[in-house]
Amino acid sequence: MQHTLAHLKKGERGVITDVSSDHIPLKLLEMGCLPGNEVELVQVAPFADPMYLNINGSHLAIRKETAIHILIEKVANE
Amino acid sequence: MSKQINVALIGNPNTGKTSVFNALTGLNQKVGNYPGITVEKKEGVCRLPRGIKAHIIDLPGTYSLNASSLDENVVIELLLNKNDKDFPDIAVVVTDVENLKRNLLLFTQIKDLEIPTLLVINMADRMRYKGISLDIDYLEAHLKTKIALISTRKNEGIDGLRELITNYKEVSTEPCLKTTDIDPAYFENLQKAFPNQLLYKLWLVITQDVNFGKTDRKEIDAVTSFKTKSKADLKRLQQKETIKRYQFINNVLKKGQTIDLSQAKDLRIKLDRILTHKVWGYVIFIAILLLIFQAIYDWSEVPMDFIDGVFASLSEWTKNVLPSGAFTDLIAEGIIPGLGGIVIFIPQIAFLFLFIAVLEESGYMSRVVFLMDKIMRRFGLSGKSVVPLISGTACAIPAVMATRNIESWKERLITILVTPFTTCSARLPVYLIIISLVIPKGKFLWLSYQALTLMLLYFLGFATAVLSAYILSKRLKIKSRSFFVVEMPNYKLPMIKNVAITVVEKTKSFVYGAGKIILAISIILWFLASYGPGDNFNNAEVIIKTEYASENLSEKDLQHKIASHKLEHSFIGIAGRLIEPSIRPLGYDWKIGIAIISSFAAREVFVGTLATIYSVGSDDEDTIKNRMAAEINPVRGGPLFTFASGISLLLFYAFAMQCMSTLAIVKKETNSWKWPVLQLAIMSSFAYLVALVAFQFLK
Repeated sequence: MQHTLAHLKKGERGVITDVSSDHIPLKLLEMGCLPGNEVELVQVAPFADPMYLNINGSHLAIRKETAIHILIEKVANE
Repeated sequence: MSKQINVALIGNPNTGKTSVFNALTGLNQKVGNYPGITVEKKEGVCRLPRGIKAHIIDLPGTYSLNASSLDENVVIELLLNKNDKDFPDIAVVVTDVENLKRNLLLFTQIKDLEIPTLLVINMADRMRYKGISLDIDYLEAHLKTKIALISTRKNEGIDGLRELITNYKEVSTEPCLKTTDIDPAYFENLQKAFPNQLLYKLWLVITQDVNFGKTDRKEIDAVTSFKTKSKADLKRLQQKETIKRYQFINNVLKKGQTIDLSQAKDLRIKLDRILTHKVWGYVIFIAILLLIFQAIYDWSEVPMDFIDGVFASLSEWTKNVLPSGAFTDLIAEGIIPGLGGIVIFIPQIAFLFLFIAVLEESGYMSRVVFLMDKIMRRFGLSGKSVVPLISGTACAIPAVMATRNIESWKERLITILVTPFTTCSARLPVYLIIISLVIPKGKFLWLSYQALTLMLLYFLGFATAVLSAYILSKRLKIKSRSFFVVEMPNYKLPMIKNVAITVVEKTKSFVYGAGKIILAISIILWFLASYGPGDNFNNAEVIIKTEYASENLSEKDLQHKIASHKLEHSFIGIAGRLIEPSIRPLGYDWKIGIAIISSFAAREVFVGTLATIYSVGSDDEDTIKNRMAAEINPVRGGPLFTFASGISLLLFYAFAMQCMSTLAIVKKETNSWKWPVLQLAIMSSFAYLVALVAFQFLK
């Protein structure tokens, strides 16, 4: 199954594989949300929305509706 | 020869750009507006070595040159317009050592405009905690710039930065990337069509929606040898550009920066575990809000009483010192109480701005946005609406301006429209005086009824704001994609200097802004109340003396009778009687009517207006209060200010849109008269209805 950022649970990590640029604001790309970068779900608000992420060292929060357009590959926690 | 060097400070939000500005300019700064828009323009003068001076502009924070808000447009408009008098001789890009990778994106864009660019790496004092080390020589060579490694918190490296700015001519203008690399076919074509233009500049002209002076977009559209692309294609190219830039930055940082994670200590993780917790996060947020309200009331009481006293004695003193006459009356009864009515707000406003500044500087505000987003979205708002709604308790004007970073136009518009419902500090004096008149003194548990009423009014303000947001979100048919991206900055201890400067600047602009209106209104009111047409006004003394000739009135009572007869037949009295029929069902007399009408300029005028109308010499609150309590209802007899008419007034002030400055700012921010006019009409008629129902029900 294809995972998206919305599938991550708190504390889990992944690597971004693709972003569909039609649904993602340029600003998010500029903050480092690009294929190849690692992402960690730091914290979620109630109902898992919004999501507090650490992308490549940048800390930011986005809504779930945006997160489902960011494809990832999960990375097992060591 | 002393030429001023033009310096533009540019950087991402949360990099301490403003601290750098404060460190360079000290208090030598001024805050204004860019012409025609409400974006704040901060400029200052910095003294450099060898007697040279620099003119420094602190540009609004931006993540890149791809502007998505009015504030960001300002940055790119300046950088693309060589003819602007502020066009920088040198751009200084401020970055945060912990977010260097992301911060460098903007740096490479500015470099590619071939403007001499210095790189400031701020917060150097945190490198040790984070295990970061930098190879400055390597970075300077590969980023083709000079670097100032500084710490504004420790005040280190500022002199070095000054030195670098002085020698700005030595800074390279070589770009970091070749624009053609993004998409060779497209960009070679573009260059062929405009051989004399800088390619990256052309690219920005094509993609950005801002004014560009001479390089007009039309010109580009007009050239047929070059085909423009669709919006989606352009966005794909922008994405490609971003990826290319990050590749370049990653390559440079791979050698120029080492991070030893074992050395890193993270306060952020520990604090976020509590502050963004599903339960504790909210508990702490509410506790902080309570603390703020408590502080605003308790701590400002003493200075407010002091200011009140000073103005009362000033008014008294003026009367005694100046020769008596119309001019002295104007000063002592019109201008001084009017000014006192605004100066008295300074403590509360300053405290509120202080708290908001601390919350923002510390990084906590972003956590509140994160916590509240889902809840606010149910009502058609955004998590980012929380900031305007909180600062709306100080004043709706900065609050409306604080909506700018809400990405979705619909959410932003709704926030702008409902913010004036929150109880701003201008409503406070009105509430206080009416509550003290009509709400009994008793206690419910340990809370006094009066305090409870005030709290209820604040709650009513928020509840109305949120509920009307819900209705608006259902009714407004605006298609707008809601993008929501919030940076979660590191927690920082707020720097006292930054907070102090913010508080002083904001308070100053509030006082001057509102002060002008209040001063003008109080002068006009005083004239209207002191002069009138016809015999009834001009011969008041004779009329009253004959009428009461048989009764043995004391001199004081007689004077009072004459004064109120005069007032009734003054210009303002005539106007007031004209509107009386429309406000009588709400339980008001014509004097309150006049106070309400003058309140449409600014609510805080209410108390001052009643003070003027009740022809009291001093603006002592007790005196006004006693006079108000003594007022008789013209129709039914009995006191005018009863529980019913008092509640009706409170509700009217809670809902009515009575602030010209807010309407003006809404017009500016929405760029249309439609929204402020709707706000005025709907809020005020709603206020009228509620007040009417309340009075008829309670009387």
